[in-house]
Amino acid sequence: MVISEDTRAAIEREIGKYPQRRGALLPALHLVQQEHGFVSPDSMRELAGIFELLPVEVMEVVHFYNMFHDRPRGRHQVHVCTNLPCSLRGARGLMRQLESHLGIHAGETTADGRISLGHEECLGACAYAPMLRIGETYHENLDAEQAKRLLDGLE
Amino acid sequence: MGLTVPYVTSYLSEHFADDAYATLDGYRARGGYEAAQQALRTSPEDLIELVKESGLQGRGGAGFSTGLKWSFMPTDGGKPKYLVCNADESEPGSFKDRILLERAPHKVLEGILIGAWATGSEKTFIYVRGEYAFPARQLQRAVDEAYAAGILGAKVLGSDFAHDVVIMRGAGAYICGEETGLLESLEGRKGQPRKKPPFPAQYGAFGMPSTVNNVETFCHVPHIVANGSEWFRGFGTEKSPGTTIFGVSGHVVRPGLYELPLGTPLEEIVFEHAQGVPNGRTVKGVIPGGMSMPILPASQLDVPMANEHLRERKTMLGTGGVMVMDETTCMVRAGCVITYFFRDESCGQCTQCREGTGWLHKIMERIERGAGTPDDLDILLDVAGKMEGQTICAFADAAAWPVQGLMRHFREDFEEHVRQRKCPFPESFEL
Repeated sequence: MVISEDTRAAIEREIGKYPQRRGALLPALHLVQQEHGFVSPDSMRELAGIFELLPVEVMEVVHFYNMFHDRPRGRHQVHVCTNLPCSLRGARGLMRQLESHLGIHAGETTADGRISLGHEECLGACAYAPMLRIGETYHENLDAEQAKRLLDGLE
Repeated sequence: MGLTVPYVTSYLSEHFADDAYATLDGYRARGGYEAAQQALRTSPEDLIELVKESGLQGRGGAGFSTGLKWSFMPTDGGKPKYLVCNADESEPGSFKDRILLERAPHKVLEGILIGAWATGSEKTFIYVRGEYAFPARQLQRAVDEAYAAGILGAKVLGSDFAHDVVIMRGAGAYICGEETGLLESLEGRKGQPRKKPPFPAQYGAFGMPSTVNNVETFCHVPHIVANGSEWFRGFGTEKSPGTTIFGVSGHVVRPGLYELPLGTPLEEIVFEHAQGVPNGRTVKGVIPGGMSMPILPASQLDVPMANEHLRERKTMLGTGGVMVMDETTCMVRAGCVITYFFRDESCGQCTQCREGTGWLHKIMERIERGAGTPDDLDILLDVAGKMEGQTICAFADAAAWPVQGLMRHFREDFEEHVRQRKCPFPESFEL
């Protein structure tokens, strides 16, 4: 079993909130990803068991949503919003500076596994552009120097 | 921490700067949940009538009458009924729902309770976009407080009405803002929109009668109950009553949230509230209602921000996300960003959309690179025209409209790229 007892219990609590078991599949995927950092094929098989689905039905849900990942990523997820409101205020330039600062391209992870860098579509921070999100936390109204310092502070 | 961006206050946002307003005590101290008490003493039929009379239109983009939507819910009592709060705000340029969830979560819940009573719903699912972790935590805290105080649960505010609220977090898919895509996601599936009919009021969440309303829409409801439909109609235009929270972004001195009556001229929002374009530059174009809505050129900023007026200019209010672009802006680059987004977010269900969004982006990039031909301009419009109105949901329209808008008002930008074989706007924002 790759999904822990604690996570399984939390998944069962989520299932209780919905009229059909499957309603809790997205919450369950969030919980599994919180535990492991990604949703492995083994986790997908176990979730299929919990939800009485085929593994492929779990997999297609994992692959449909941008926030679910089927393989390990860096310890920190850095997402720069590059949609139009942020681009108008310099997000693309910020992304380029961060790429060269980390020595990777958007979509890649640093060799030490510390940071995965990615672009993201509108995060609802349009008046505070440019911005990035590290894990679940928004950092807004950034210039390149502030953003680099934020990244340097990640262990 | 109070709100750090400029804002103009009316009834929705008057306590935005007040941290206590996000707590139950703070909300109650400022009159919170009194409207819900009043609503529970009113019959559901009268409440629906009141909301119909107020003329409240949904604030999630489509602008449908909220009272009418509620009246579609069956009243025969056969099946459980559900309310769904669409907090999947993902329209680029929109961030009002985020701030409502963060600063006024109990107002959202109060609107939900009134809607639940009016529609006879036993449970509300609040679908919060996955990236909104902090707003979801604020909301969860409010829900927990409301349960502990007997505002949610078996006896809502001491009445015999029972109501439960479940918060579910999405996982990063724009299409889940479409109401039936949202319902699919709520049921644990890919967020691919459903064919309609049946509409959600007949066959909604988990196959039960359901009503889906946007966060801001719910927030207007307690004010309408407390003050009456005439009061509400004192804001806005005859056809579009009330205020809305405009989110202003892009090339302005003061980006931020501005709660203003519907019908406020776009130029007042851009030049007075957001204080115009910085660096002594002028406006080139403004997207009036989130990225799906066609752009307007600087010459048309006199338009009152209400659908009956915006439609005359071939655009719409959408979510009220106002994006301002200054004179340096390359409209082909803007088109590249816009079409990339829709290509990335198409759910892939309908051929016209899956293929069309890809082609729009490919051609847009080709023109920006200087590799476009004169035919490409017509092909863009041809593809957009063949997507519009041809698919299961309005996503394909949302992808086609902005391209049509750019071509309608800024065709010269496109022609100049083809003629010079390069981008003629060296000072434009970086791509």
